[in-house]
Amino acid sequence: MFETIGIWIAALLTLCIFSFLYKDNPFYKFAEHLFIGVSAGYWACYYYHNVLQPNLFVPLFQEGRPIFIIPLVLGIMMLLHLVPKISWISRWPLAFIVGTYAGYYLITYLQTNALEQVTATLVPLVTFSSVVLFVGVTTGLVYFFFSKEHKGTFGGIAKFGIWFLMIAFGASFGYTVMARISLLIGRMTFLLKDWLHIIQ
Amino acid sequence: MSIVDRLKTIDRRIIFVAISLAVIIPLLFPIGLPIMVSPPAQGLYDAIEELKPGSKVLLSFDYDPSTMPEVYPMNLGVVRHCFSKNIKLVGMGLWPTGVLLGQEAFELLAEEYGKTYGEDYINLGFKAGGIVVISAMAENIPETFPEDYAGTSIEEFPIMKGVKNFDSFGLAVCFSAGDPGVREWVMIAHSRYGKKVGAGITAVMAPAYYPYLQAGQLVGLLGGMKGAAEYETLLKYKGTGSAGMDAQSIAHSLIIVFIIFGNVIYFIARRKERKKV
Repeated sequence: MFETIGIWIAALLTLCIFSFLYKDNPFYKFAEHLFIGVSAGYWACYYYHNVLQPNLFVPLFQEGRPIFIIPLVLGIMMLLHLVPKISWISRWPLAFIVGTYAGYYLITYLQTNALEQVTATLVPLVTFSSVVLFVGVTTGLVYFFFSKEHKGTFGGIAKFGIWFLMIAFGASFGYTVMARISLLIGRMTFLLKDWLHIIQ
Repeated sequence: MSIVDRLKTIDRRIIFVAISLAVIIPLLFPIGLPIMVSPPAQGLYDAIEELKPGSKVLLSFDYDPSTMPEVYPMNLGVVRHCFSKNIKLVGMGLWPTGVLLGQEAFELLAEEYGKTYGEDYINLGFKAGGIVVISAMAENIPETFPEDYAGTSIEEFPIMKGVKNFDSFGLAVCFSAGDPGVREWVMIAHSRYGKKVGAGITAVMAPAYYPYLQAGQLVGLLGGMKGAAEYETLLKYKGTGSAGMDAQSIAHSLIIVFIIFGNVIYFIARRKERKKV
């Protein structure tokens, strides 16, 4: 019973959102506002029960671990961003987060996204794909070298690099189209299968 | 107004209707277009095939309902594959909403394969912190996740006996729709601890993660609904990934036609304007 009601609500809200494709209208506005409100409420409750309570309130107030006063104070400082006159205080916890994450990420990120990637590029040029990889990386890097004017042979290599970049952007766009169509298929499948029971 | 001018200002709602029909009609009347399996999907399949029955795989559910049509079928495919090979599954999430979707996939297939919660699979739930959580798991999983998603102590579950850190797992698979997700798993589990990592991600993310595959930092990669359909093909069953591929292919063909058509109209109109000048 409740499942059926839920499916009907979801289906009608889906149609409300789709109605925007015709033009902006009150049904779309209603669904949009409802979604934002429900999301905000859901996340507020979820984060309180799953983040703040187990990671701060329980260790500090129930287990009596005083070290957790530090995140409490930093959290309150962050909330002061909402008070315009003293909003500058929120920069301190923000600086703490940025600094911690930068330090934490730096070495691992460099290892994973630079060193290992460069190592994988330096392969013997014995196969067609390894040659394409080498030429693509080299000419792409030449394009991003701006200390020399892109003229003559250097300009030609840079132009060749642009072709590789364009192919990469095209592939990226194609994947984006696929993702959006997949979402449409997901909604249509829901409407035709779960709501209307037209398909199995 | 000439035909070219009319086509230049065509109402975009006509295109919306055409795309809708291109999606709806194949869903109502499936064609069954062939699905070719690509090496990235085969890589993940092979990595699971190499595992012995009884070994453990770590699944990270880092997605949400908005990307469900793409990622959920992959999640189902990998769980189905592991259950069919009697591989034990330990799920967790860096995204809170992913944990519930992962649990739904577990429950749906546990019934089909006769698997028991706590013995054959477990869901450790969500933990905030992204990369820090993965690092903490590499050191000590029971300390990072002392309870499962429902709040029961993990010491009560046979599947968690002897599980200390990543060494207890033959493979980690991340189902991801953004950050934190695959990047963090590769950075910590693979680069720092040398663990095999596989991924199932949205199509938008796929181009950014192929370099990881090329560099051997990922054993396999499923990208978007097509990746899910390929995995279903490998498992020899038709799931929601395969069901959507007819619609996907026809919609893509129509978009290609629209792009060619738009360019032809643009060049005709430009030539006309030049002639006028």
